[in-house]
Amino acid sequence: MITKRIIPCLDVRDGRVVKGVNFLDVNDVSSPIMLAKHYSEGGADELVFYDITASFEGRRLFTDILTEVASQIFIPLTVGGGINTIDDFDRVLKCGADKVSVNSGALRDPGLIPAAAKKYGDQCVVLSVDVRRVDGRFTVFAKGGRENTGMDALEWIRQGVENGAGEIVLNSIDTDGVKRGFDLEMLSAVCELVDVPVIASGGAGCMEDFTTLFTQVPKVDAGLAASIFHFGEVSIGDLKRKLQKDGINVRL
Amino acid sequence: MIAIVDYGVGNLFSLKSSFAYIGVEAIVTGERQRIESCDRIILPGVGAFGDAVQKLREAGLDQVVIREAEKGKPLLGICLGMQLLFDKSLEYGEHTGLGLIPGKIVPMRGVVPDTYKVPHIGWNALHFPKGKPCSPLFKNIQEGDHVYFVHSYYAAECDPWISAQTEYGTLVTAAAENKNVFGTQFHPEKSGAVGLKILKAFCEI
Repeated sequence: MITKRIIPCLDVRDGRVVKGVNFLDVNDVSSPIMLAKHYSEGGADELVFYDITASFEGRRLFTDILTEVASQIFIPLTVGGGINTIDDFDRVLKCGADKVSVNSGALRDPGLIPAAAKKYGDQCVVLSVDVRRVDGRFTVFAKGGRENTGMDALEWIRQGVENGAGEIVLNSIDTDGVKRGFDLEMLSAVCELVDVPVIASGGAGCMEDFTTLFTQVPKVDAGLAASIFHFGEVSIGDLKRKLQKDGINVRL
Repeated sequence: MIAIVDYGVGNLFSLKSSFAYIGVEAIVTGERQRIESCDRIILPGVGAFGDAVQKLREAGLDQVVIREAEKGKPLLGICLGMQLLFDKSLEYGEHTGLGLIPGKIVPMRGVVPDTYKVPHIGWNALHFPKGKPCSPLFKNIQEGDHVYFVHSYYAAECDPWISAQTEYGTLVTAAAENKNVFGTQFHPEKSGAVGLKILKAFCEI
C-alpha cells in the first residue's frame, strides 16, 4: 500500500533558510543542508525548496545550495519559486531537483506546463495553486497570494492536469497561517476533480490536523507544512508514529 | 568502477551522487570503451519506452549493454532502465526491448483498480516472493521496507524472474532479475537509506 507523504517546505533566500528554527542536532538553523539532513533523517518523505530570492545573485546561490543538498540527501526534492521558463526548469533539474513546482509562471504563460511536461514528463511538473474563496467561489490568487486573478480555481487546476501537471499542491489562503487545520472542503473539491496526486498545504497547526486531513479527505496523498516543523512544534517522527497509531499508512 | 550509461535520457545527478555518497566510484558515460572497461553497469532512464530505446540504439549502446551482460557483468536497470531490459513494451504502440529478462511492459491502468491513481507515485513497501531465495540486491534490507516509485507501466508475464513486488490494488512488479541482470522499478537513488543499501549491495555482487 502506498503511504501518505509528509513534506516539509523550506523557504530559501540568498541561499539561507528563512524563518528561525531551533533543533538540538542543527547548529546552523539557516543552513539548508543541515536542515534538509535533519528532516530527511527524521523521516520526511520529500522536501520542497522554495526560492524566494529576487536577485540574480541570489538565484545562483540557490542552485549552489540545491546541488549540495541533492548530493547528500537521497529523497525526492521539489523546487519552486521563480520558475517562469523552460530554462528555469533546466537550471534546477541539472542541480538535482526531481520535480519543479510552477505557480505564477504558469499563470503568466499558459504554455509553460505543456512544454515542460513534454520535455521532462508529467511526473516532473507540479502545479502549485494559491486559492481563496471570493463570494463563495474558489478563486486563484497570484504573486504569493496578493493578487486576485478572478480565475476559477477548479477550472485552472483541471486545465493544468489536462496540460500535463503530474501533481497538485493546493494552498488554501483561507486556512494558511491560521493553524486550525487544513482546508478540507477545498481539498475534497480538488480531489474529486483530478486523479493526479494532491498535496494539502496551509493550515496545519498540530499533529491531529494531519490525522483529520487523511481520514476526512482519504484521496489526499500528502500533507505539506513549514512553520510547525521549523519551529519544532511538531517533529516528523512523532507525527508519523501518531498517524500510524491512528490507522494511517506511513513510512516509518 | 561503475558505468552509468548516458544516452541522453533523464537526470543522472542523483545516481552519480548516491554512488559517491556510499564511496563507490562511478562515471556517467556514453562511450563504448569506457562502459566496457567498468566492472558494473547502471542503465537509467525516465520518459517513454519508445523514445528511450531508440536513443539507446542510435547511440549504438544497446548492443554494448547486451554484450557486457551476456559476458556476466552485473547490470542494474532503474525505472525505465529496468523496463528496457525486458522483451517488449506496449507503451504507445509496441516496442522491442533488450530481451535480457523475459516478459513485457504493460500499462497499470486497466490492471490496478480504477480508484487507484496512475502514475503510481510515492513510497510503497517491498514484498519478496515466498519460496524464492532472497535477491543479492536485497540482502541488506527487510521485507516491508519502503522505496520510492514513479511509473505508469510495469513488467508483466515475468513471474519466474520477479524478485520483489509492491501492493497497489494488485501486486505490481517492483524488481526482477535474470542471473547477473537486475532491474528495479523504483528509484533506489531516491529511496533514502534503504535505497543506498540496495545500491551498495549491487556493488558487492
